[in-house]
Amino acid sequence: MISWFATTIVACSVAVALWSFVLSVRNREPSKALLAGLGVVELLLVAQLVIGVVLLIGGDRPGSIATYLAYLIGCLVVLPVGALWALAERSRSSTAVIGITCVAIPIMVLRLNEVWSGASA
Amino acid sequence: MEQVPKTASGPGRVLVAVYAIFALAATSRAAVQISTKFHEAPLAYLLSALAAVIYILATVALARSGKTSWRVALAACGIELLGVLTIGTLSIFDSEAFPDATVWSVYGKGYFFVPLVLPVIGLLWLRHTAPRRTNPVDRPVG
Repeated sequence: MISWFATTIVACSVAVALWSFVLSVRNREPSKALLAGLGVVELLLVAQLVIGVVLLIGGDRPGSIATYLAYLIGCLVVLPVGALWALAERSRSSTAVIGITCVAIPIMVLRLNEVWSGASA
Repeated sequence: MEQVPKTASGPGRVLVAVYAIFALAATSRAAVQISTKFHEAPLAYLLSALAAVIYILATVALARSGKTSWRVALAACGIELLGVLTIGTLSIFDSEAFPDATVWSVYGKGYFFVPLVLPVIGLLWLRHTAPRRTNPVDRPVG
C-alpha cells in the first residue's frame, strides 16, 4: 500500500462527508458540486484498486489476500449504491446519506491498510 | 401518486443507509470468519453470521413499505438489541467463548458503539412511523 495515497483518500472522503453534513444542516439537496466531489473520491478508490492489484502482481503479500481484495472491491460499491439511494428522494436527508457513505470510506481504507500490513481479517 | 414508504422516507433514509453499511460490514466479517477459521470458534462465528442476517433483514424491511415490512423491521431491530446486549455481556464475562471480534463484541466497541445505538434509534423510528389503527381517514396502504 502507498500510505500517502490512502491518506489522500481518507482526507478527501472526510472533506466530502463534512461538506454533506453542512449542506444537510442548511437544508439543502445534494448539489452537483457535491456529487462531483463524490465522483472524485470514487475515482481515487478505483486508482487504489489498480495500485493494490499491481502490488499483488509485483509479489507483495497482505495478511490475507481474500480479505484484502474484498476491501478493495467493497470500497468501490459503497458510494454509488449510497448515491442511488440518496437521489431517489431528494431532500436534506439525501445529503446526509451521502455524508454517511463518505464516513464509511475512511474506516474501510484504514482496515484495508491493517490487512495490508499483516492483519488477517 | 405513488406512496413513499414511511420508514424509508426523510430521516429514515439515513437510518437505512447506516443499516446497509452494517449489513455489508457484518456479512463480510462473518463470511471471512466462517470460510477461513470456522473450527476455532464455531458458536461465535455462527452468531456473527446471525448478526449479518439480522442487519440485512432490518435494512430491507426498513427500506420497504407496508405493514408486513414494518413488523419484520420491528422484529429485526428487537432481536438486534437483544443480540448486542447478550453478546456484548458474554464477550466481557466469558471471553474464551468469543476469542475473535464480532460486530456485537463488547457492545460494538470495535464499531464505535454504533451497533448498540442503532437498534434503539431503529425502534424509536419504528414507533414514530407505526401504522395507525384507529384513524378512519388513513389512506389504504399500497
